[in-house]
Amino acid sequence: MNGQAVEFPKQALLTRLALSDSGFVFDPVTGNSFTVNTSGLSILRLLQKTEDWTDIIATLQAEFEVSYSVAERDVLEFATALRSAFK
Amino acid sequence: MSRVITVAITGMNALPESPGPGLAVARCLREQYGDRVRIIGLGYDALDPGLYLSEFCDASHLIAYPLHGSEVLLERLSLIHQADPIDVLIPCLDAELPLMVLLAPRLSAIGIRTFLPTAEQLTRRAKDQLPELCELAEVHCPELRALTHPNFFHTCHNEGWHYPMVVKGVFYDAKVVYNAEEATTAFYKVAAEWGLPVLAQRFVAGEEYNLTAVGDGAGKLLGEVMMKKRALTSKGKAWAGISTLDENLSAAAGRLVAALNWRGPLEVEVMRDAQGEYHLIEINPRFPAWIYLSQGVGRNLPALLLELALGHPVHEFPTSVAGTFFVRYALETIVPLSTFEHLMMAGTLDFNK
Repeated sequence: MNGQAVEFPKQALLTRLALSDSGFVFDPVTGNSFTVNTSGLSILRLLQKTEDWTDIIATLQAEFEVSYSVAERDVLEFATALRSAFK
Repeated sequence: MSRVITVAITGMNALPESPGPGLAVARCLREQYGDRVRIIGLGYDALDPGLYLSEFCDASHLIAYPLHGSEVLLERLSLIHQADPIDVLIPCLDAELPLMVLLAPRLSAIGIRTFLPTAEQLTRRAKDQLPELCELAEVHCPELRALTHPNFFHTCHNEGWHYPMVVKGVFYDAKVVYNAEEATTAFYKVAAEWGLPVLAQRFVAGEEYNLTAVGDGAGKLLGEVMMKKRALTSKGKAWAGISTLDENLSAAAGRLVAALNWRGPLEVEVMRDAQGEYHLIEINPRFPAWIYLSQGVGRNLPALLLELALGHPVHEFPTSVAGTFFVRYALETIVPLSTFEHLMMAGTLDFNK
């Protein structure tokens, strides 16, 4: 990531989301809902606790047994998708 | 309630693209009180479906359209009241509210209670009065222009107005238009149906949210329930929706109710822009057709209104629940020809006789 911070939506917005084990995500303020896959759900759950992307990548590496670069790519892609969902 | 209370409810029309709220109000009361409430459906047309649904209405009566004036309406309501005494009347349609508000003292004198706004409150929340109200309540509101002629749509750019904009009737109807031709067509259509003036409103990009509640008449907002439409009819009404919870919207509605000292049910329609700011679009002086969602989230607002109208103390509602989903459907009810004939010819039905 070459020292660049990953830009996620504001944490206050992410912490209010209701996350279901099925991957169904509901925003109680806007009434919007969307679905995420297993790794997306893990990232969202981590984002509700921390804004430190290095922690998030490390946890994903351990949870899914993937390399740093794969976990990093997933986080970057997911951050883009989240920003788009909350535009 | 220790005795059976008779409640008369208007707005029993239920066309799928734009249903009246009456049937949903009746359903809320039936679920809250069961047989302890006798429900009288009041309709303007023998084809209003709610008038035939005996699971919600114990009796049904036709009444005169508001255009016939208050005396004709009072005479009809008095006749119904003599035959079938009414404790509380809940009007559910915008167009009849001015007459009902005017008649409220005389209805009260013959024993029919209401819980309605004053004429002044009703006027101050009229669509063309909203900017003034919003300034007082510190709520955003898109600029409005009352029009008696469509010329404005061809010259509006000189005054800083740009397309798209919204063309609206004083009571009902709103169409987003993208050029002067569309706006002119919408102007004549709205004017023909709802009269003049026709309103032009600046377009606010965002998502629509609705809030319903009851004002206690002393400035307090009671039992607010918020909803986002998830599927629309051709008229832009909710075909599916989901309850939401936003303190900012609740606070904005609270300020509007306080500014008006609103008494009675209301629906607040807002647009939420990309920054999360709410812009007031309309305040409707009655329950919305989606009021059954209030029962769904544990805040039966028609029951609250009934208790207020009866002068009973009201209890605090539990916190509203976000994520309660509803979806509508249309179904047929079978009506014997004799029943249809009786409503057409006698203007009345009683399912308990």
